[in-house]
Amino acid sequence: MMTILGVPAPLLFGQLLLGLINGAFYALLSLGLAVIFGMLNIINFAHGALFMTGAFVAWMLLNYLGIGYWPALILAPLIVGAFGLVLEKLFISRLYKLDPLYGLLLTFGLALIIEGLFRNYYGSSGMPYQIPTALDGAVNLGFMYLPKYRGWVVIAAVVVCFGTWAVLEKTRLGATLRAATENAPLVQAFGVNVPRMVTLTYGGGVALAAFAGVLAAPIYSVNPNMGLNFIIVVFAVVVIGGMGSILGAIVAGFALGIIEGLTKVFYPQGSATVIFVVMAIVLLIRPAGLFGKTA
Amino acid sequence: MSLTRRTLLGSAAAAAALPAAPRARAQQTSIKIGVLNDMSGPYRDLGGLHDVACVKQAVQEFGPKGFNVDVIFADHQNKPDIGAGIARQWFDRDGVDMIIDVNTSSVALAVNQVCAEKNGAYVNVGAATTDLTGRQCTPVTIHWSYDNYMLAKSTGGAMVKAGGTTWYFITADYVFGKQLEANTTRFVNEAGGKVLGSSLYPFPGTTDFSSFLLSAQSSGAKVLGLANAGADTVNSIKQAAEFGLKKTMKVAALLMFITDVHGVGLETAQGLVLTESFYWDLNDGTRAFTSRIKSKMAPFYPNMVNAGCYSGALHYLKAIADLGAAKARDGKAAIERMKAMPTEDECFGKARVRGDGLLLVPSYLFEVKAPAESKGPWDYYKLLATTPAGQAFEPPDAACQLNHA
Repeated sequence: MMTILGVPAPLLFGQLLLGLINGAFYALLSLGLAVIFGMLNIINFAHGALFMTGAFVAWMLLNYLGIGYWPALILAPLIVGAFGLVLEKLFISRLYKLDPLYGLLLTFGLALIIEGLFRNYYGSSGMPYQIPTALDGAVNLGFMYLPKYRGWVVIAAVVVCFGTWAVLEKTRLGATLRAATENAPLVQAFGVNVPRMVTLTYGGGVALAAFAGVLAAPIYSVNPNMGLNFIIVVFAVVVIGGMGSILGAIVAGFALGIIEGLTKVFYPQGSATVIFVVMAIVLLIRPAGLFGKTA
Repeated sequence: MSLTRRTLLGSAAAAAALPAAPRARAQQTSIKIGVLNDMSGPYRDLGGLHDVACVKQAVQEFGPKGFNVDVIFADHQNKPDIGAGIARQWFDRDGVDMIIDVNTSSVALAVNQVCAEKNGAYVNVGAATTDLTGRQCTPVTIHWSYDNYMLAKSTGGAMVKAGGTTWYFITADYVFGKQLEANTTRFVNEAGGKVLGSSLYPFPGTTDFSSFLLSAQSSGAKVLGLANAGADTVNSIKQAAEFGLKKTMKVAALLMFITDVHGVGLETAQGLVLTESFYWDLNDGTRAFTSRIKSKMAPFYPNMVNAGCYSGALHYLKAIADLGAAKARDGKAAIERMKAMPTEDECFGKARVRGDGLLLVPSYLFEVKAPAESKGPWDYYKLLATTPAGQAFEPPDAACQLNHA
């Protein structure tokens, strides 16, 4: 059998592919965070909790209303996104004039409350969520046995990530949004309702998290702690990509998923730390992150 | 205020009555039991508040025997420093007499130190580490229900006998997982089997096991040994099924509770072999206990840790009634009395606590039923084999100083 650095080649390819799948989640989550930070200057610590809420909403739709995976993939982000609009209107919008640390504290508190509520009602073992029948089963790739669903996750994440990037970078709406972050009063002077745009941006970022949550539901059990496991890593990803950089978040998300996957082959104990080591190195060499603009 | 004869007499009478009050309170001693475990993380559903309910059940059934019993509880968050801090505060400030449960071996060992230092009684139920009655045994510690050695011997031994001669482990990277892997490796080697490799994964915080599963698969081993517990085991088994591991490997869940089987679902869990020292549908006693407790821990049924909390607390109360509640403060005396008295309850039947603090109960090897075989709620296990109390656990460990006396 061919080996690369002492590891059988099929195993290495398999791990790379798995890294890419995890990277898909990192990319989707860090994308939402980057959008929110870029537009609102809010460090949204509630992102992990809202990701988890997305998974739970999908689970509830199925178990209480009998609505399956495919409609949930649209409905759950809409519902959680609407919840995000309420959060923004009620709480977050009051903090724009203050130091970003207040936003961090507020969203962190919201995350604890949301997660605590779910834990109280649903426990921590997780609720099973079946893979949709169309994607059940697996494909034998020769070097590994790839569950069809995981392949779908990568495709869906890539499409959504680059769709979002295209909207923000290539459309008129995106241009207005970016202009509003640069100079809100001037954009407002052109007759654009900036506060409403900001609210919708937050809702959109949250909807992305919920979308990732629905994608994750069949893979990880739907669990109140599922966001907790992601959020810190995803913050590191955003920092590595460059705070507020959309493309940086996407590229860093996939790249770090792969790096983490490789660590799991060579030194599994280090797989929880490797992302932070990369973050430290990146911050030393490029303090603004890989794609960040130096102020 | 003018002083009249009436007020003078009244206050004199009150003064005469005063010394009597503290004396009356001293006779009515109260005992405080602290339940310490993971109430928010991966082990919440196998212990958590269910263990608190079981301890309270023991208190309620024991009834008033001349002293009050208070039960308090806290979440150690699987962090040894937090667990040890709570234990210290309980003994120093809150007047706790006995700490029970403490799952998560790393926390269990930290609390063990505090109890020894403070002379507080310690009945560990939830942790698996054999160090509690081995290298780190203390005169104030008793270990209930199960341990790593008993799991490794029962499940590991049975798997090798059934032809599972080559193993790959997925192991939680802390004292519990490593020890369970080491103990199982011993039994695999003794039976002529071989361990081909293992992946240590960071605990807590790992939810995706696919990379480790892939490594296991490419090792070519016949058995996948899961040296983990709770939600981690649930996720490992589900993902093993997803990646088609069950076609080429047999899964040995070295520590799996009925609550985990419930989490996985019979469809995926069927055919798994596991070991517990308690099953709700084992005999009339276990069924009677379950019928009383299940409404207090709905929707769950008790596992061996829940039952152990009931049984351990009940035996402690019997020992305290025998010793006299006034002496409950002395953890060593309470634990000595627990060792001197044989145990008996509906969950584990008759048993005894060995000198080093290990409760000797039989271990049962179960197979998880297929969905078609399951007749009702939580009808999950088929009994495959019973290891009698004398053989289920490790012989007294020379590393424990209590075994030299």
